[in-house]
This record gives sequence, C-alpha cells and structure tokens, in this order.
Amino acid sequence: MTDETQFHWLVRPSTIRKLWIGASVILALIVLAQTVIYVKGYFGFDAWFGFGAVYGFVSCLIMVLVAKLLGFFLKRPENYYEEHPSPSHSSAEKNNSDFKNKHIEERKNGV
Amino acid sequence: MGFESFPPAFVLLFAAILIGLVKGHARTTVLLLAPIITLWCIWQIPDGVQSTVQFLSYTLEPIEGSALRRIFATVFAIMVFVGGLFSFRIAQWHELAAAYAYAAGAIGVCFAGDLITLFIYWELMAIFSTVVVFCGGTQGAKAAGIRYAIMHFLGGVILKVGIVGVILKTGSVQIQPMLATDFSTWMILIGVLINAAAPPVSAWLADAYPEATPTGSVFLSAFTTKTAVLALILLFPGEPVLIGLGLFMVMYGIIFALLENDVRRILAYSVINQVGFMVVAVGIGTEMALNGATAHAFAHIVYKALLFMSAGVVIYRTGKNKCIELGGLFRTMPLTCACGIIGALAISSFPLTSGFTTKSMISQAAVDMNLMWVYMALTAASAGVFLHAGIKFPWFVFFQKDSGLRPKDAPWNMGLAMVIFASLCILLGIFPELLYKLLPYSVDYVPYSIGKVLFYLQLLLFSGLAFFVLLPLMKRTMTISLDTDWLWRRAGFSLLKAIEKVLCSLGEVMAKQKARFQQFLHRMTVLYLGQPHSADSKERGMFARSWPIGTTALWIAVLLSAYVLLYFL
Repeated sequence: MTDETQFHWLVRPSTIRKLWIGASVILALIVLAQTVIYVKGYFGFDAWFGFGAVYGFVSCLIMVLVAKLLGFFLKRPENYYEEHPSPSHSSAEKNNSDFKNKHIEERKNGV
Repeated sequence: MGFESFPPAFVLLFAAILIGLVKGHARTTVLLLAPIITLWCIWQIPDGVQSTVQFLSYTLEPIEGSALRRIFATVFAIMVFVGGLFSFRIAQWHELAAAYAYAAGAIGVCFAGDLITLFIYWELMAIFSTVVVFCGGTQGAKAAGIRYAIMHFLGGVILKVGIVGVILKTGSVQIQPMLATDFSTWMILIGVLINAAAPPVSAWLADAYPEATPTGSVFLSAFTTKTAVLALILLFPGEPVLIGLGLFMVMYGIIFALLENDVRRILAYSVINQVGFMVVAVGIGTEMALNGATAHAFAHIVYKALLFMSAGVVIYRTGKNKCIELGGLFRTMPLTCACGIIGALAISSFPLTSGFTTKSMISQAAVDMNLMWVYMALTAASAGVFLHAGIKFPWFVFFQKDSGLRPKDAPWNMGLAMVIFASLCILLGIFPELLYKLLPYSVDYVPYSIGKVLFYLQLLLFSGLAFFVLLPLMKRTMTISLDTDWLWRRAGFSLLKAIEKVLCSLGEVMAKQKARFQQFLHRMTVLYLGQPHSADSKERGMFARSWPIGTTALWIAVLLSAYVLLYFL
C-alpha cells in the first residue's frame, strides 16, 4: 500500500479494481432494470430483454473490428504526404547543380 | 425602428474591420460586444422578406426572416461570442478578424432570401475560413489551407453553375425547396454538400481543421458545415439521396475517428459523423425530422465547440496534439477535463445532455416514417459516437496513462468560455423546451420517457464496456489514415509527375533526333557544297569546285546558239 500512495488516488490499482466492480454492478443493474421498466420497442425486436445492451456492444465490436481491418489498408506513417514522391527527379536536379558547382569551381581555379 | 432591415452580418463585418484598427481593451470590447449586438439585430428581424435590392434584372432579398433562419443565426452569434471570449487573449488579431468575417458570412447565409445573396455570403465564408486555416502558421497549415481553398472555391463554382441553371430555368432567384431532378439542381446539391463534408470529399474537413490554431479550429468547427445543413433544409428537404449519404457520413466519421491519433482530427471526424445525422434528417424531410436537424445543429455547435475548446486548451498548454503523447492530464487540468467530459457526454447523446434531447428527435422521425434500417443504423451510430468521441477523446487525453505532463489548467477566459458552453449543454438537456420553442415547426415530442432513457443507458454503457474490453485493439499508432484526398494528393500528383517525365523524355528524344537530322544535313552540305572555311587544297564538294573560265564561256556560247536557233525555227 505504501507503494500505491505515490500515485493519484484515481489511478491506484485498488481504485481501478473498485471502479471495475462498480461499473459491472451498474451494467448488471441497467439490464436487470428492464424486468421492472417497460422499454417501448418501435419495431418489435428492439423491446427484447437487454436488446439495447447487446446491440450497443455488438455494433461497437463490429465498428472497432472494421476500423482495425481498414487500418491495415489505410494507415500510413505520419510524414506520408511530406516525403518527396519522385526521388529520381530531385536527384536529377541535384546532379545538375553538382555539375554547375563543378564548373564554378573550375572557373575559380582558373581552368 | 428600421432595424428589421439591417443585415446582422454587417455588424460582424464592421467588427472584423475594427479589430484590425483598435488595440488592447478596445479590441476586447469590440470582440465581445459585436456578437451581442448581432444577436440583438437577429431578433429584430420578423418573419418574411424585410428588404429588397435591385441587382441587374433580379430582385435580391438580403434579409428574409423565419424561425429556422433565426435559430441558426442565434447559435452562430452565441458561438462568435463564446469563441471570441475563448480566444481573445492568445489569438492574433488577423485570425480574430478573419474569424469574425467568416461568422458574418455564415450569419449572412442564414438570412439570404435569394440564391445570389446566398452565393455571395457563401464565398465570403470560403475566403475567410481559408484565412483562419492559414493562421495556423505552420508549413502544414499553409498546404492544408491551399487544399481547403481549392475545395471550397471549386464547390462555389459548382454551386454557381447550379444557381445560374436554376435561374435560367425558373426565372426566379428565390430560395425555395427543390429536389435534385436535373443538372442544375444536382449542381446546387453538390455545391452545398461539399461544404457539408459529404463523401467523396469529406477529407477536406479532417485535413484542414486540425491544422488551424487551437483557437481557430473552435471557430472552424461551427460555421461551414452547419450553414450547409441550413442550406439543405431550405433547398432540399425530403431529398431521398440525403438519407443514404448521411448514413455513410455517420459511419465514415466513426470508423476514421477510431483510426485517428491526432486529438483534433478525432473531433473533426466526429463533426462529419454528427453532420451525417443532420443530413439524414433533412433527407427524411418531415416536420419532426427538420426540427430534429435544426435542434441537433444548435446543440452540436455548442458541444463540438466545447470539445474543440478543451482540446485547444490542452494543445495550448502542452504543445502536443497526439493521443500517444498525451494522457493523465486530469491531475492538473480538472476544469478542462470536466468540460471535455461534459462535451463528450453531450455528443454521445447521454440523457440529461443536449445531445439526448435533440439527436433523439432524428431517430424519432425515422421511426415515424417507419424507416427501420435507418433507425437501427442511427442507433448503432449513437453507440459508435460514444465509442469514438464520448470515451475515446477524454480517455486518451485526460486519463489513459501518465504522460508525465503537468500543465496548468485553462486561463480564466478559456475556462469561462468552456463553462458557459458546458452549462448550455446541460441546460438544454434538462430544459429542452427552451430550444423547442425556437424550432421552425411546433414540437410535439417528449424526449424523456423512462423506457427510452433505460434503452439509451443500456446502449451507451455497453458501448463503454466494449471500449474498455477492446482497448488493446485500439492502441494508438503514429499514423495517418488514407482518405479520398489520396487521389489528388498522391495519385494525382504522381500522375502529373509521370506525365511530366514522359514529356521530358519525349523532349529528349526529339532533341536527339533533331541533332541527328542537323548532322545529316551538315554532312550532305559538305558533300555537295564543299567544306566550309576550307582554305586548303583538299577535294571540294561537287558544287563548290572551281571550274576553268573557258568551260563557262563555252557553255554560255552553246546556250546562246541554242536560243538563237530555237528563236528562228
């Protein structure tokens, strides 16, 4: 415990454990509350017991997985648009300027 | 007393000029007073056309009042006030002036009674929002600003083409509901949708907004997309295309926000997501749906600006804008954290926040029209919003891990601005009637029923559970995500480079052939006409050889005799 006190109370492992327990209780209560509270469904199936919970969880699961999958195709390094797309072009320019510099040097040297 | 025909936009335009002329406390006074005067002017405008101006052969209506127009203008004016309060101490004067002129454009669009006035204010917005992006000051901001400007001026041209077409066809410049049936109405729809960040050009928003300054992006988040929503409500209520487009925007926003690492880019993608809800509502087009779109736009401007403000304070204080580098800021920034969480709850339409009382009207409109799939998609999207903005934003910025950063909390003016908007989020969540009274159609809707609250709590809390369960899958990486702008930023650029290369090599080949041809001609010339400058005794070309004079005299004699002979024959 002495080790834990150096952390902010909110990020101590014991608090986090308590938060998980508290959150689980709330989640369970929210679903169980449907036994006493009537949820009016608009299309029949959305009034099923715990439909909101399952639908919320599953749609998030699908979205995260789709995002993850798309990430493989779409993710690029931060500087993707910044790097020079055609290095050959710039190297040609470089050669050209090298060539010029050489001439200038030669002229200076009196060649 | 004559004020009903005074354009409220002019107050802000005048203020924008004054901001550049005065300094210190006088500038602060202008910044804070102008939106209040504007708001007062807005509420002086009664329903109907208030003034007309003759322009060429058209009768323009710069001011037309209606409940719908007033409510959009009202939230814009509130936004300018709170945005001004938020930014006046750190923003440069030219950014503030541009932001005020930009807002003037937005408010001008609100009261435009005809298409030409609408177009003029539309372009005013495009110009000054570009300036706001440029004020970001970095190389990235410069490039993004140019891309932003190209996109919006292109949109303006498309809109103008459509407007001219409609005027030629109907002979009227009036703003009236239409459906996208022919070329010109499609052009108008596309021009408006570009500003709404609809696919396939949604990328401009997430590209440009995060490049602005922390204060600039607060202004940017409010006006462009929401004036586009207003224009859609005015011009295309009930256009079926919009339902599908809107649903795509909703899902696109969520997926891309989930992939994103830049804090403000997450918020930018969620702007697209939220505007998607409004676009769906306009597509449904019933009174309930249009009320929903309007109310949602109002609430959205408030909580989205709040989120951008809290992100802005974090960036201002830490200089960092990546999820990876942030975290654990709740320790020293409790106010910013609390306001960010309130904004995040509101955007996720948590009960008792403005999101719940407004966004649920759109779902209700879908139910009323018996659009089951639309309703289910919107419900899934509500869960997704909680996932990508409601939890992801506060979690990665304020909690997550201890980044070791211990920045100070917001300066007083930024804090006050956030508190005003946070209170507004909760106020409209608890007393939605305040907003419902202002809506264009009478509201017969009860936002809170215990069953519905329970359903939404289940939906949202379990998406929260999904977030923490799937957290390992959402580890942030130092990456960006490709979007359709890849087509012009990379593919188009590479194509141009390739064309340039082909032309270059073609030029080289041509030059080579030209040289060869010249050499050939030279050889032939030398062969037949002799060496140039040859003073030696070498053999010369055929035509360059010298002949004895006698031979020439002989030939001339022969020719003359032949001539004489022929003459006498």
